[in-house]
Amino acid sequence: MATPPKTTRSSLGRAIWLGSAKEGVADWWRERITAVALIPLTLWFVAAIIAHSSSDHAAFVAWLKAPFATLMMVLLLIALFYHTALGLQVVIEDYVHSALKIPALVAMRLGCLTCATAGILATMRIAFTG
Amino acid sequence: MSNSSVQRNRPQSPNIQIYRPQLTSVLSIANRISGVAVSFAALGLVAWLIAAAAGPRSYAAVQNTLSSAIGQVVLFAMTFAFFFHLCAGIRHLAWDAGYGFELRTIYASGWLVVVASVLLTVVTWVAALLMRA
Repeated sequence: MATPPKTTRSSLGRAIWLGSAKEGVADWWRERITAVALIPLTLWFVAAIIAHSSSDHAAFVAWLKAPFATLMMVLLLIALFYHTALGLQVVIEDYVHSALKIPALVAMRLGCLTCATAGILATMRIAFTG
Repeated sequence: MSNSSVQRNRPQSPNIQIYRPQLTSVLSIANRISGVAVSFAALGLVAWLIAAAAGPRSYAAVQNTLSSAIGQVVLFAMTFAFFFHLCAGIRHLAWDAGYGFELRTIYASGWLVVVASVLLTVVTWVAALLMRA
């Protein structure tokens, strides 16, 4: 007798990519992908903060201007706010059951997008003009 | 029997007000709370970057706020929230990969998360204070 398949999806279901989930797992996957990315990115950030805990503005700017630091900071901001948006979405969906749910979700998403963009622009400004 | 009395008599499970807290459930809700806390830290990171981009004066103002007693307490709490969310998140990734579901392993990894996040917080602060000295 053949070993049972490791998935509950039928062979036909797998072939035509149909099933209860469809694209529903996309957000779940993105939360995991950003989580994995955030492990090295946040540890780099914490190490940098430790090294710069007494730095003045000039030293901080000189550090962030280095191409590697600029790259890491931009990647951190993207992964951090993507992960934050996905996490806060679940929190809002679990606890807000009033008419405020949709406005709260929209505000949270726009807030995360704005924060990520503002952080990236500030980093770019330091990198190119600071 | 009216509709309301039918609804009143229905058992609710699990009723978290009387349910004895366990390491598993406490760590589960703590992961969510720490995630929300780190969201506020992320907001602080953006404010810090904007201040640095705006110039030395605004950067110094942010540094002064962070150096104040309240600033240091908030920073310490954020450091712990971050390390807890990091460790608990790695535990979740192991579960997602299909590992660590035995009851013994779940409790062992749970205590490991608690100990590791406390240790990482302390090590980070000792290192930061040594760099400043």
